[in-house]
Amino acid sequence: MSDLGDLYQQTILDHNRNPRNFRRLEHATRSAEGHNPNCGDRIKVFVQLEGDTISDIGFQMPDGAGCAISKASASLMTTAVKGKPVAEAETLFQAFRDMLSGGAIAPGKLAAFGGVRAFPARVKCANLAWHALHAALKNESDPVTTESARDF
Amino acid sequence: MLDKNIRADFPILARKEHGHRLVYLDNAATTQKPRQVLDAILNYYSTSNANVHRGAYGLAVAATEAYEAARVAVARFTNAWATEAVVFTRGTTEAINLVAGSWGRANVKAGDTVVVTAMDHHSNLVPWQILCGEKGATVRMVEVTADGRIDLLDFGRALEARPRLVAFPYVSNSLGTVNPAAELTRLAHAAGAVVMVDGAQATPHLKVDVQALGCDFYALSGHKMLGPMGSGALIAKPALLEAMPPYHGGGEMIERVWDDHSTWNQIPHKFEGGTPNVEGAVGLAAAIGYLEKIGMEKIAEHEQALARAAIEQLSQVEGVTIYGPKDHRAGVVPFTYGDIHPHDLATILDREGVCVRAGHHCTQPLMRRLGVAATARASFYIYNGVDDVDALVAAVRQAGELFGVPLPR
Repeated sequence: MSDLGDLYQQTILDHNRNPRNFRRLEHATRSAEGHNPNCGDRIKVFVQLEGDTISDIGFQMPDGAGCAISKASASLMTTAVKGKPVAEAETLFQAFRDMLSGGAIAPGKLAAFGGVRAFPARVKCANLAWHALHAALKNESDPVTTESARDF
Repeated sequence: MLDKNIRADFPILARKEHGHRLVYLDNAATTQKPRQVLDAILNYYSTSNANVHRGAYGLAVAATEAYEAARVAVARFTNAWATEAVVFTRGTTEAINLVAGSWGRANVKAGDTVVVTAMDHHSNLVPWQILCGEKGATVRMVEVTADGRIDLLDFGRALEARPRLVAFPYVSNSLGTVNPAAELTRLAHAAGAVVMVDGAQATPHLKVDVQALGCDFYALSGHKMLGPMGSGALIAKPALLEAMPPYHGGGEMIERVWDDHSTWNQIPHKFEGGTPNVEGAVGLAAAIGYLEKIGMEKIAEHEQALARAAIEQLSQVEGVTIYGPKDHRAGVVPFTYGDIHPHDLATILDREGVCVRAGHHCTQPLMRRLGVAATARASFYIYNGVDDVDALVAAVRQAGELFGVPLPR
């Protein structure tokens, strides 16, 4: 069970059960959807930008369900980037992605996802929300899928 | 129950998964292969490999004989109308696409209806959507009942449109439902429709008799019945095959080729353009021989006993929901557990050596009707035993502990 404990750390289980910012923003200035066709999970990310700062952020899972990894990752992502400048959010995205592809552990609570590296089948689950955020910040209207993003 | 020593025939079952015995419960996706099938493929390439149907030398004759003997085996195994009723394909998906692309293109017109069911695998749905899209015809989906059967009332209503073709699965891959295929065929024929039965999930698990079913087209996959991937067959009434235009153009399927037109080979070769998967056919024949030796009735009993045991044990886990009918069920047990997403469940089970499928099982319309995004699915075969059911349930309970399901009130 030890590596399962690494994957399903308490932080992840907590954010899965009690996702933060799990809401639609009525006045979002940006939004984008991430889709993982392998499992059907979809995540919609809403961003409110004030100048260059993410003043508010929320997410929804339109089909009502997502796995613990994708949901907790989305939740932690929102807490990590809320109130941050866009450039810093993109830096965090890069750090998170680097971690999942075997690089250094990402800062703060994002480190909880380090255990995902031992579960290659679940890396896309962890990345999904971040790709949706990235698409929203880039103002891309087409849903981003785990297949279309080149370096998911 | 079948003899546990069967396991010794399957080399892959010696594999350890995260330090545990491999408990392979994804047989509805694909089955493992016994030594007898692996040996047959090795033996074919070691002793008989040549291109079929065209060499004038002894080796090519041996290859052709092996390939055609496999056709005889498939015909016998399914009680086909004739040996030439068996067209080798890459599997069920290609067999159904062949029917849609050949019979469908020639016979489905604008305004026509093709009937499918809400429990059809995407492979018996999407080809009809593509065809109907091209033709300006309509796909009519028959509803399923709450307990996971084809809704016969809605089936009857769908037939009122006098559909050109009615397609349904003999056994549902998502629910395990064994559909009353002979009865559905009789009703569809009475409404003037041609009948396509998806036999991918039935052929490995119960005694199939296509003549008794009375259907027009029957598709099967070799890899779901101990055979190699990329092997499979369409079994069709010979008169229909005779009247159908070719599907793939190329070598082997022709009689004579002129500058601007060609004439076609006899059935079934008319539908087998290009060098066929001889290795696949030979392996499939070995798989059929293996299954016949055990006996399909015994196999069906064995799987049903395992499914009953799994349902009984899983039902005792608070928070588990099992989908599908109470009876008339093959060895497929779909379930969900509290609010644990099936992918998380599958990851946790995998760490205990238990392989189950999690997802929509290529039946998205059905998942929508069940009101779930995904299910976990355990599916059994001849090498599984009650010890595998025990391992499954123990791992499910572990998942519950990890995720805290059911939540304290």
